Amino acid sequence: MSDAPEKITKVSIIVSKGSLEGIYPALIMANGARAEGMDANLFFTFFGLDAVNKKRIDHIKVATVGNPAMHIPTLIGGLPGMSGLATHMMSKTMDKLDIPPIPEFIEMIGDTGCGMYVCKASVDMFDLHEEDFVEQIQGIITVGDFYDMAAGGQIIFT
Amino acid sequence: MSTATYAGVAVELNDEGFFVDPNQWTRDIAVELAKADGIDTLTDQHWTVLEFMRKEYFEKGTGPTVRVLGKTSGVSVKDLYLLFPKGPAKMAARIAGIPKPKGCI
Repeated sequence: MSDAPEKITKVSIIVSKGSLEGIYPALIMANGARAEGMDANLFFTFFGLDAVNKKRIDHIKVATVGNPAMHIPTLIGGLPGMSGLATHMMSKTMDKLDIPPIPEFIEMIGDTGCGMYVCKASVDMFDLHEEDFVEQIQGIITVGDFYDMAAGGQIIFT
Repeated sequence: MSTATYAGVAVELNDEGFFVDPNQWTRDIAVELAKADGIDTLTDQHWTVLEFMRKEYFEKGTGPTVRVLGKTSGVSVKDLYLLFPKGPAKMAARIAGIPKPKGCI
């Protein structure tokens, strides 16, 4: 037998941000985990709820302010339409790389059998209800439920 | 790299168990590989996926991602995971005798 470390067999990924760059990494990691045959859960909390909110899912944008890696001066990044423009450009590149838009990605990840849940505290705080979320969401759960669900696997916070 | 014998053929495998030379693959080998991975019988749908993966590999140099499989193989993403529970792209690629697909999606 080799001394290779044991493989990760399960991940639970928390999505706490609602920007395009805040959401995609978590979706790619969850989808990739399922593709590798691992168990995966996604837990959407705080602004991350936008990724699965029916009214918001089609309008996720890149943050152009407060993001030095965008290399756009903050004042320029704050001009009206900048976030939309940056999102449009990035979406075109992603399409070329065969990365699906967020609504299609969420649907596909649901089809992979990944668990998808929203955080009760955040849902209450934003005054949202079950019907506000895409059909892939399996439930509104507490932090305790989340830890139960994550048992025996790795937790990733994004 | 290692060598394994499937259906009477000595096959070269890389460290992760994927074929080094996809031309060494036969349908009999696929049946044995599938059994070893927990698939007792390869159905028509399994074969559709395996043949599609080999075709893509020989045309493009890499196996398709799950998204491409779901969109173009005629088998939905949901069904792909039912057919190949240990991760469709990877498990199907191994059974199809092609290298592990490189895509992230």
